[in-house]
Amino acid sequence: MSTSVKKSITTPLTDEVVRSLRSGDSVLLSGVIYTARDLAHQRLVNALEQGEALPFDIKGAVIYYVGPSPAKPGKVIGACGPTTSYRMDSYTPSLLKAGLKGMIGKGNRSPAVVEALKKFCGVYFAAVGGAAALLAQRVKNARLIAYEDLGPEAVQELLVEELPLFVVNDCYGVDLYQEGVKQYKKER
Amino acid sequence: MRYIPFATIRDTVARLCIEANCLLGEDVVNAFEAALKIEESATGREILKQLLQNQEIARKEMMPICQDTGWAVVWVEMGSEVKIEGGELNEAIQEGVAKGYTEGYLRKSIVADPLRRKNTNNNTPAIIWTEIVPGDHLKITVQPKGGGSENMSEVKMLSAADGVAGIKKFVVERVWRSQANPCPPVLVGVGIGGTFEKCAQLAKKALLREIGSVHPDPFYAQLEKELLQEINQLGIGPQGFGGRITALAVFIEAFPCHIATLPCAVNLNCHAARHKTVVF
Repeated sequence: MSTSVKKSITTPLTDEVVRSLRSGDSVLLSGVIYTARDLAHQRLVNALEQGEALPFDIKGAVIYYVGPSPAKPGKVIGACGPTTSYRMDSYTPSLLKAGLKGMIGKGNRSPAVVEALKKFCGVYFAAVGGAAALLAQRVKNARLIAYEDLGPEAVQELLVEELPLFVVNDCYGVDLYQEGVKQYKKER
Repeated sequence: MRYIPFATIRDTVARLCIEANCLLGEDVVNAFEAALKIEESATGREILKQLLQNQEIARKEMMPICQDTGWAVVWVEMGSEVKIEGGELNEAIQEGVAKGYTEGYLRKSIVADPLRRKNTNNNTPAIIWTEIVPGDHLKITVQPKGGGSENMSEVKMLSAADGVAGIKKFVVERVWRSQANPCPPVLVGVGIGGTFEKCAQLAKKALLREIGSVHPDPFYAQLEKELLQEINQLGIGPQGFGGRITALAVFIEAFPCHIATLPCAVNLNCHAARHKTVVF
């Protein structure tokens, strides 16, 4: 695990890029990403099940689990750190199957998500929870594209520049949370 | 009698909501800096540096430290000689919270019903805890509390025979099971004693203490020290990526107890330990 070199990557993600990422890597992500949390996920998966079009092209896409605070006048976005990811676990395998390549959140994923990342060649990143003002500075544009009625949970298209992330679960089944804690845990 | 105008309370609460969310306390900033010197994990140090930068940006731009600007938990200590002029205290606080969250561009995270989940759109109702005390002062503290760390909190009715060992086991295991979810490094609020609900309230109140402060009772000061040490041996580290700093502090509030019970509550707080106080 190395964090000294930061890898720069751009969306949409290809299988080749995903395969080059290893659990523990520090990454600077640039390009277009999409916000979605609990209720938006429910709608996205419903749309897939009904055979309806999604509000954005999911092939190679990266979803950010975030519900930003309101933008002040003249600002692109409000504070926008990651929310806890496990609440999206049940929806994630279907989205990966449909072409989603990456997710940004915080906290552990279920074994089913880790398996789906291996099967469909995807990656799970963490941003630093509570570094929301810092992360907001890396968002250069924000545009509401769907589910406006969900308020802070609506889907936005964000243009990000060098969003600082860590690779948690890579496409090889390695988990930074498990490996990292094992390294520092002292047995009582 | 001392009279304090309704509008003064409303406007002060609004200001406290904004300041608590945008201006991180000096004790927390100092704790990040101290942690940076101890943390062995390079990733852990990188995270602590981001948190220090983040609070600087938030302070400069008056932007929330975290997008989850929380439940507004409001603690009131009201002298029996204080009267609110032109309205009720609770109403002034609720209006202040609505005003602060709206005018301060804070996120509205409260739904009107737990199952039907429609947002109230102004972050009310606030949770208000009022204590009537002798005198003519009024002390108001606003403590915005995030949902991620709240989800990792728990109350357990231990058996009196479980004693100190049982308390330690429960608290340490609660932090262990939470892993990355409450956004470590965390603050651990522990309530011991009281009734079922009193105990939970004590755990939340404990989170108001300043990091670095020592419990006035040496018995609990020692227990806090031992718990912090054990928690920091778990290896969870900043954001759960592994490291030495899992918690910045453990704060205990104890209360008298029924002979048949030993309730214990753990209320976790993320590293954004937010609270601001005004005394009139």
